[in-house]
Amino acid sequence: MIRLTDIHKQYENGTRALKGVSVQIDDGEFVFLVGPSGSGKSTIIKLITGEVQPTEGRLMVNGYNMTDISPKQIPLMRRTLGVVFQDFRLIEKKTVSQNLEVAMRAVGANTREIQRRIPYILKLVGLTGKENQKVTQLSGGEQQRVAIARALANNPSVIIADEPTGNLDPARSLEIMSLLEKINEMGTTILVVTHEKELVNRFDKRVIAIESGRIISDAAGGYYNNVL
Amino acid sequence: MFSNQIWYHIKEGSRSIFTHGLMSFASVCMIVACLLIMGSFSLVAVNVNEMLGQLEDENEFLAYVDESLDSGQSMSLQAKLASIPNVASATYTSKEEALKNFQAEQGNSALFQDIPADSLRDRYSIHVEDIELMEQTVADVEAVTGIAETRAALEIAEGFVMLRNVATAIAVILVVMLVLISIFIIANTIKLATFSRREEIAIMKMCGATNWFIRWPFLVEGLLLGLMGGLVAYVCQWGVYSLIGKAMAESGILEIITMIPFHDLAGVVLPVFVAVSLVIGGGGSAFAIRKFLQV
Repeated sequence: MIRLTDIHKQYENGTRALKGVSVQIDDGEFVFLVGPSGSGKSTIIKLITGEVQPTEGRLMVNGYNMTDISPKQIPLMRRTLGVVFQDFRLIEKKTVSQNLEVAMRAVGANTREIQRRIPYILKLVGLTGKENQKVTQLSGGEQQRVAIARALANNPSVIIADEPTGNLDPARSLEIMSLLEKINEMGTTILVVTHEKELVNRFDKRVIAIESGRIISDAAGGYYNNVL
Repeated sequence: MFSNQIWYHIKEGSRSIFTHGLMSFASVCMIVACLLIMGSFSLVAVNVNEMLGQLEDENEFLAYVDESLDSGQSMSLQAKLASIPNVASATYTSKEEALKNFQAEQGNSALFQDIPADSLRDRYSIHVEDIELMEQTVADVEAVTGIAETRAALEIAEGFVMLRNVATAIAVILVVMLVLISIFIIANTIKLATFSRREEIAIMKMCGATNWFIRWPFLVEGLLLGLMGGLVAYVCQWGVYSLIGKAMAESGILEIITMIPFHDLAGVVLPVFVAVSLVIGGGGSAFAIRKFLQV
């Protein structure tokens, strides 16, 4: 569960990115976080992943109090999350399997666990047979599937996808979003940051809209067109 | 699980050496060069120290006994002199023996044969343990009742001390400078490795890797580079030292200088080279990776 309570964030250069944001995302939810550039979406993601600390307010992520989390606890908290980026952030010189292995090694998984889990995840994301291909040999959509597979590698309770379809054509975007929906149906909480209105409105999900550091709307069911 | 992690770190660290082959080669070469220069200066200092030690052993001063004391009283001073701090030995020579020695030194020349037996005084040849404390020891000996006078070449003793201190200081300064230079070089190599893997590090951090999990492969890389450099430098040092020793032995001019055989020093040189190279490798890696862990 993720809970932000009256969160304020002011950066060192004086920019006030968030002004009293309160929102709760329960376990098993699928949530779109939408808003224009500079609205504070990325700051929320950075707060949740522990890259930045809130200036004021209380933030709980999967049982960790992020307002006074110790540096040693941050890796443990991050193991409960899977993060997917717009630019995939894959290790280009490694194969599909090796990209997943890096994520699993990072949390101390042994070779037997890795060999058992990777085929299962690749099957889940539809990449069976691509294990030994270099990620640079894959299409954009396939690369994003690898990124989703990597996010799933350590069986996180929440997946945060930051503009996951930003570099993909509409057909591939729909595939990726459908894949995330499928993962959500298996019990994983999904938080998708995007500003693709059509895509959001195709899915009947909760949509949180943010503008100028404030939540302006929080409602279920393809709501993007109506608020922004 | 622990052994699994160790193998992973060793595998990753070793792979990175070959991924940045040219830089790794340059690092090993620089470590070899630095260790060779450092080792050569240290070995010169060790040899100078050894030679100075031998010269120090030969350094003594004379304490003359008061002429009013008979030979029995003169000999009884030995225990008192030997108990003075820093006195290694006090060897008694009667005036008769001293005269005989003097005449022998002059080749038993007829010119010195008629010298009266009481022209010289009974004396003690005193060796000191630490040449730096010689002045104080001379004063302590002079304070003994029955000692009339001393003759000590204090300026020579001071010269020895200064020479040894200068040699040691130069060696220490060079060693410190070269270690710092080596750390800087290896830090740059590892920095290049970490820079080329910064995305990978960021990904691992985002997946929940601890700082130590990320550090280990780089530390392994630095330690392996250091170790390789240390072992190659040891072999080179052996060769260089043996060649210099051979050249000096064959040179008539330098035959008064005796070098300590390398096999007598190998037991110290090898562990020192390995230890210094590991410090350089590990220190350089730890220094290089710090800023890439701030994700």
